[in-house]
Amino acid sequence: MISMNRYTLAILVRNQFGVLNRVTSMFRRRRFNINCLTVSETEDTAYSRITVLFEGDDNHKRQLVSQLYKLPDVVSVREFEREETVSSELLLIKMANVHDDREEILDAANAFDAQIMDYSRESIVMQMTGESRRIDDFIELMRDFEILEICRTGVVSLERGSSVMRNVTKL
Amino acid sequence: MVLKGADILVRSLIDQGCEVVFGYPGGSVIDIYDSLYRYQDEITHILTSHEQHAAHAADGYARATGKVGVCIATSGPGCTNLVTGIATAFLDSVPLVAITGNVATANIGTDGFQEIDITGITLPITKHNYFVSDISELADVVREAFEIASSDRPGPVLVDIAKDVQVDRYDYQRRNPVVPDPREAAGDEGLAQAATIINNAKRPFIYVGGGALASEATKEVIALSEAIDAPIGNSLMATSLIPSDTPRFLGLEGMHGHYSSTMAIKEADCIIALGARFNDRSTGDRTKFARKAKVVRIDIDESELSKTVSGKVDLHGDVKLTLQRLYPLIKPQERPDWAARIAELKEFEAENADVREGMTPKNVMLAVNEHLEPEMTVTTDVGQHQMWAAQYLRFARPRTFLTSGGLGTMGFGMGAAIGAHFGTNKRSVLVIGDGGFAMCLNDLATAVTNKVPLTVILLNNSVLGMVRQWQRLFYEERFSNTTLDKRVTDYVALAKAFGAGAQRVTTTDELGPALEEAFASDTPYLVECVIDKDELVMPMLPPGGTLDDIIVRLGD
Ligand SMILES: Cc1ncc(C[n+]2csc(CCOP(=O)(O)OP(=O)(O)O)c2C)c(N)n1
Ligand SMILES: [Mg+2]
Repeated sequence: MISMNRYTLAILVRNQFGVLNRVTSMFRRRRFNINCLTVSETEDTAYSRITVLFEGDDNHKRQLVSQLYKLPDVVSVREFEREETVSSELLLIKMANVHDDREEILDAANAFDAQIMDYSRESIVMQMTGESRRIDDFIELMRDFEILEICRTGVVSLERGSSVMRNVTKL
Repeated sequence: MVLKGADILVRSLIDQGCEVVFGYPGGSVIDIYDSLYRYQDEITHILTSHEQHAAHAADGYARATGKVGVCIATSGPGCTNLVTGIATAFLDSVPLVAITGNVATANIGTDGFQEIDITGITLPITKHNYFVSDISELADVVREAFEIASSDRPGPVLVDIAKDVQVDRYDYQRRNPVVPDPREAAGDEGLAQAATIINNAKRPFIYVGGGALASEATKEVIALSEAIDAPIGNSLMATSLIPSDTPRFLGLEGMHGHYSSTMAIKEADCIIALGARFNDRSTGDRTKFARKAKVVRIDIDESELSKTVSGKVDLHGDVKLTLQRLYPLIKPQERPDWAARIAELKEFEAENADVREGMTPKNVMLAVNEHLEPEMTVTTDVGQHQMWAAQYLRFARPRTFLTSGGLGTMGFGMGAAIGAHFGTNKRSVLVIGDGGFAMCLNDLATAVTNKVPLTVILLNNSVLGMVRQWQRLFYEERFSNTTLDKRVTDYVALAKAFGAGAQRVTTTDELGPALEEAFASDTPYLVECVIDKDELVMPMLPPGGTLDDIIVRLGD
């Protein structure tokens, strides 16, 4: 059987009108299943950086990368292996502030280094940054209580060491 | 020198070496048409009857010459009319630059009169597209569009230009045409491995596709075939790449391919696929295709290599250049057992050939062969007639058979025939069905106006034959909406109304003289060939079936 893996790709693109549309349109058309996608400007305003997390097999990944390289606005695509990558994500979570739960919620927040951003009689808003898996774990814990709202940024990644994407134009 | 935006566009086209463009004017491109008027000594504009046919004409020009074809349309309905033509070029990897006008930058996004998001609409059917709202970028965008359209795997590029950009003025510097980066051959790594597989093969088969045609690899393919004593089969897109009389050439493979070609690829232990993408029309059920064969593939587009049938060795590079590097590693050898088997397959094919007399599609095609000359371009529409043309017409030079393979666009043939003529300055021969003719007959006017030496072979079976064939074979003869025999269209009168010559032919006795006259005419001439509505394209692989399910003749 084909084994499904999770891949993290960083895509450096020319910072042009509609680039995100081109990239996502390609994903849609070829039915690549994207778990998460983030975009932002980079150190050089001429480029934006897209980080994509997706599930598939090796053939899917090859296909995705070669289709990406066919878009003239794509400058560079890198696959990030977990060990060689620094990845992080930000979570905002709003909990109901219920007397019986409060202590446990705050204990958990403490253990996960989540910060309290807003505290009112009805609710507590917390912020947490870190690896996606830790964020998943924290949310899992919070499910024992009443979650009012969750918002995550999606993961962003950089390679460890001095390697710079701009200078590498082929995977 | 300081020029108006529209002049910058037209000058850039001229400086790219573009001599002819096809299009249709309108409010959002009126400035561009004003510039075309100004520069008419340096660039010719051909007015079609419909923007779709302008796109097909630019496409036909590109397919016939290998150069970039250019079409122009106005905003709104003008550019949406281009869409089918752009998609046709996209699926067949044809270098095309489509230029459209749009409303002024300030009005973009307000749903003004004839404003449409054409860059959004064409996103999935172009290699790339641009919306130009800054005149300082215009000349570079045009150059880049030509470069992208013609580099690596060619394809269409759309340039949408805001009205104000066409009117504004800016400095223009003449530049030489951009020469796309030379295509590259595959690296050494896979070459040795590929050579080993080929050298050890007992039954190698060379399968050529559109990519081999784009790379103009005729000589290299034939040299390989001679060295390793391997038969050659082609996909629909590669028809005319290999001259029909080449030894070891078996012709079209796939859904309606020649029996020998389709069976040989099935029995091969090594398939050398050159710029062929193993479309489902070529392979039948892909999961069962060539499971025992080792596949060596060469393709300029890396994404094709991981898309469908995965090869034993994938060589990413230009077909022609990679073959040149592969050749020295190949051990020339004869393969008498394999050659004998191929001879058997050909014999079976010959024994089962259609030998009926009378106005059969095959006999019409054979009669056309009598008049075809090497430099003439044949274009087809889509349907049964397209397959008969691909099966029976004979070609001597590459780029002389133009057909919509990937998208299968009815209405393609007329525009393509007109465009091909402007690229080659030679006769175009259009083979078309009665259904498709109704989709593009209005552009007979363009052919007549421009005195195009165009021979139209209208295969009139009074039905949408290809769909009817499926209804007959797979839908228990429920002929839903495929019978046109209640139409009373008088095709001869119709052609004459456009100013073309025409004859109707119902017997083989009339056929020869009619073709004689048609091929002697310097202006458009239509020969309506009346054939039976129950003619079938054979052999046939049932859709979704495997190469084992080939139907050679009905009743077998
Ligand atoms: C624009 C378009 N519409 C519909 C089809 C589907 N289609 C494929 S072949 C065919 C029949 C074509 O009939 P005709 O032009 O008479 O050619 P024949 O098959 O009879 O030779 C149709 C309707 C198509 N390929 N393109
Ligand atoms: Mg018909």
